[in-house]
Amino acid sequence: MSERVEVRKTHKLYIGGAFPRSESGRTFEALDAKGTFLANMAKGSRKDARDAVRAARSAQSGWAGRTPYNRGQVIYRIAEVMEDRRDQLVEQLRAVGSTPKQASTAVDLTVDRIVWYAGWADKFVQVLGNANPVSSPFFNLSSPEPTGVVAVLAPSDPLLGLVSTILPAVVTGNAVVVVADESAPIPAVTLAEILATSDVPGGVINVLTGSAAEIGPWLASHMDVNGIDLAGAGDDAKDLEIASAENLKRVRRRAAEDWTAEPDLTRLAQWTETKTVWHPIGV
Amino acid sequence: MSTETLRTLLNGLPGVDQVGLEARAASLGTRSIKTDSKKWAIDLAISMVDLTTLEGADTPGKVRALASKAKNPDPTDPTCPATAAVCVYPDLVAVAKQTLGAAPINVAAVATAFPSGRAALDIKLADTQDAVEAGADEIDMVIDRGAFLAGDYTRVHEEIVAVKEACGPAHLKVIFETGELQTYDNVRKASWLAMDAGADFIKTSTGKIQPAATLPVTLLMLEAVRDYRLATGKQIGVKPAGGIRTSKDAIKYLVVVNEIAGEDWLSPDWFRFGASTLLNDLLLQRQKLTTGAYSGPDYVTLD
Amino acid sequence: MAFEYSPAPESRSIVDLKSSYGLFIDGEFVEGTGSTFKSISPSTEEVLAEVTEGSAADVDRAVKAARKAFGPWSKMPGGERAKYLYRIARIVAERSREFAVLETLDNGKPIKETRDVDIPLVSQWFFYYAGWADKLAYAGLGPNPKPLGVAGQVIPWNFPLMMLAWKVAPALAAGNTVVLKPAETTPLTALLFAEVCQQADLPRGVVNIVTGAGATGQAVVEHPDVDKVAFTGSTAVGKAIARAIAGTDKKATLELGGKAANIVFADAPLDQAVEGIVNGIFFNQGHVCCAGSRLLVQESVYDEVLERLKRRMSTLRLGDPLDKNTDIGAINSAEQLARIKALVKVGDDEGAERWSAPCEIPDNGFWFAPTVFTGVSQAHRIAREEIFGPVLSVLTFRTPSEAIEKANNTPYGLSAGVWTEKGSRILAMADRLRAGVVWANTFNQFDPASPFGGYQESGYGREGGRHGLAAYLEGAPS
Repeated sequence: MSERVEVRKTHKLYIGGAFPRSESGRTFEALDAKGTFLANMAKGSRKDARDAVRAARSAQSGWAGRTPYNRGQVIYRIAEVMEDRRDQLVEQLRAVGSTPKQASTAVDLTVDRIVWYAGWADKFVQVLGNANPVSSPFFNLSSPEPTGVVAVLAPSDPLLGLVSTILPAVVTGNAVVVVADESAPIPAVTLAEILATSDVPGGVINVLTGSAAEIGPWLASHMDVNGIDLAGAGDDAKDLEIASAENLKRVRRRAAEDWTAEPDLTRLAQWTETKTVWHPIGV
Repeated sequence: MSTETLRTLLNGLPGVDQVGLEARAASLGTRSIKTDSKKWAIDLAISMVDLTTLEGADTPGKVRALASKAKNPDPTDPTCPATAAVCVYPDLVAVAKQTLGAAPINVAAVATAFPSGRAALDIKLADTQDAVEAGADEIDMVIDRGAFLAGDYTRVHEEIVAVKEACGPAHLKVIFETGELQTYDNVRKASWLAMDAGADFIKTSTGKIQPAATLPVTLLMLEAVRDYRLATGKQIGVKPAGGIRTSKDAIKYLVVVNEIAGEDWLSPDWFRFGASTLLNDLLLQRQKLTTGAYSGPDYVTLD
Repeated sequence: MAFEYSPAPESRSIVDLKSSYGLFIDGEFVEGTGSTFKSISPSTEEVLAEVTEGSAADVDRAVKAARKAFGPWSKMPGGERAKYLYRIARIVAERSREFAVLETLDNGKPIKETRDVDIPLVSQWFFYYAGWADKLAYAGLGPNPKPLGVAGQVIPWNFPLMMLAWKVAPALAAGNTVVLKPAETTPLTALLFAEVCQQADLPRGVVNIVTGAGATGQAVVEHPDVDKVAFTGSTAVGKAIARAIAGTDKKATLELGGKAANIVFADAPLDQAVEGIVNGIFFNQGHVCCAGSRLLVQESVYDEVLERLKRRMSTLRLGDPLDKNTDIGAINSAEQLARIKALVKVGDDEGAERWSAPCEIPDNGFWFAPTVFTGVSQAHRIAREEIFGPVLSVLTFRTPSEAIEKANNTPYGLSAGVWTEKGSRILAMADRLRAGVVWANTFNQFDPASPFGGYQESGYGREGGRHGLAAYLEGAPS
């Protein structure tokens, strides 16, 4: 009796809640830590990025319009589904070089990070906004509102870094187009599957695999992208920042970051715009 | 007009934003009126004064003194204009009339159970007729604020119509007592209600309730007469009363008249100040402009 | 009877203008190494003074002075820094008339505005931020937030001293030192402010003022030892700055252009709405980045609003900015006037209907009568481009969704206005408008406690309030 032949997964992009192949028909090889072939990955193109931005744009206002409680629940649900698939993620991290302990810790931290961010959904407005005591008869309130569509060039930490850059934008009501780290893209595909089977509306998070160096410039120059996180940008970070100036994207520059530490609020604040509303007080 | 129609009319008026209205009034209050324009404005203001005494202690002697002052506000300067009117209680109309003689100065009488307006309609009408028969040229009536605040606009309307009829040839000024109506929305409603009911003038206050006239409330009433004329072709006058004591204040009101209603209202026929002490301050300022030196209270008459 | 207001000019004798000015570096006025230029009065074209064009070397000297001062200034107990700022607030208030007259002379804006708005806000701004200097731990950025260092600040000509205050007060309160470049056409009040710094005994080098034009500003922004850039001005320059600081560690606050929608619903408090429209676009001759330059009127009240608006515009008094009764002053420069005229011609060519208030235009100086274009659609350039002058474009809408759609249909997002008596509609509109400041039943209100700044191409960062303070501390984004 011959051994059963495994059914392998085709790794695809995640755009608008669907899993298309790259429109370009291109793939690249995901390798393990030893350089052994793991899978063919869809190699996202500029047109895939364009489609992802379009999907993000159309999903964003609906997502921002959800109640904060609901956004919190939806994000919490990501943690629930991820917890359920932790073994798969541990294995994927091990394949790209983590020890069993490291991989397990990374997944734990990631699930916990998601829970942490879920809890911000109905609180960040209170912490980042405030009433303003103006010296004239006006009610005056400042609240953070989502910036819009945020592009993320994910850092090389393939799971914890990925989630730590996506979620602060998402929890604040933005929609995200993320380019996963090219060297270890498989966890990003798993994350996309987790998103697809949790309650995140299609288009709120769009995951592209491929080359950040290739796709990054298209996202940086895209006039309908409002912000860009360069966490995973390469040596072209400066050029990406220059391209981002054309529509004055909010830019999060590259910096040395410890993804295991509890985040500060700068990423939450980064993807919000403070809106101040005035109204007369009179009878 | 049916109750429903009246309600619809009044509730359909644009709202008034308090802060915006008061800011506009304050901004107009910063106009700087100097030299020739100040001189002109002071004379105009004097000619718009309804020189008023409305005290329980009023006597024929007091009213005679007031009427003499109205005819000849500054005895040292014959170029000083006379006031527009004297304003008294109905029982003193005859005294005022007699003192004024042929002078082109009107006698205004407060009627309709002034200042509270709390009396039966027939008493208010009798009060009005009494004043008119005594020779009053103008009747300053008060609206029934209780009825207004209770939403009984029809009753307020009907009373004004009835008083207007009782006035005969006398001009009718309708006092809202804006300090009791409290909101600017109410003042706008009262203005349209009174104009529709036949008021010749709309007037802010009795002078017995604080706040009396204010710049914003007057501005609002000037908007109302401006809009009413645009809508109907009929021009109505405005009279702020109470609390206007200085020339500086009076000039601010004239600026508001000028820039809100327009120059058609810059005449005693269409704008009055209900005041008593204001007149002497106008005279002091007038003397300062004439002589170049600051004057003092001993150089105007206390009546 | 016509009520003619006699001329009521504010005396200019309170201002003691020097014939020429140097740069204010390291606590004293020094000669620059570059050339000079003239600052003129836009209402008369009279030359007011010769001003120094700061060279790159001058900027470098100023940045060095600021760097040297940064250590002691940032280490000084916050309560002590506060007292210097309070002093400045008080001295500005004491010398407010002098500042108001000088600002009016140099800028062309009415004395009424400098006296009642600009200069009082300047004093208030310093007073507000003074109180933050020893309370930085409560700014929401952790227990011990650090200043950024040397702030390079480039400000515009529309609110010269006010923009200085918006920039300098929070920077100093947070412990930064500054190099500030005033606008080319309006440098004089900044130079007078330098005297205030001296009177306040502000430590040398904490505030440095380098006058000049674009090249000087560029030198400030691009100086490698500048840690923070704060700029208010055009979107084009803002983008150039964003490019210039790309790849550096410089943080930036950019307050740029706008094309704000001022939305009037049928149930608005109409008289106040008309005031708000007028204040929105004609305040400061329309030289306001947050000006309500696009009026969106609900069709059912279009005729009524336009009639009231035109009547109100006819009472605007244009003329001598020093006259206390002047509502509309001079356009700031010949160049700006040319820009306004060019865009107005575009409006004419595009077929919009132009109406201007009947004003007598003075013979000398730069003037433009308050103007309204009707029959404008979203496709017109005058509905999309910032005119930065007293020119209003009027569009109509039928439903709240249409109003939102049109209001948000712009790359800008600085401010917006909404006029309706219905509270729930205000909140819904405020929620959906993509603008950093939403004025509901009011317009053009400013307060040091209230954050100001835009979405999208109107720039980023906020000035005013706690948010404006955070922009000068580590731990805040951008």
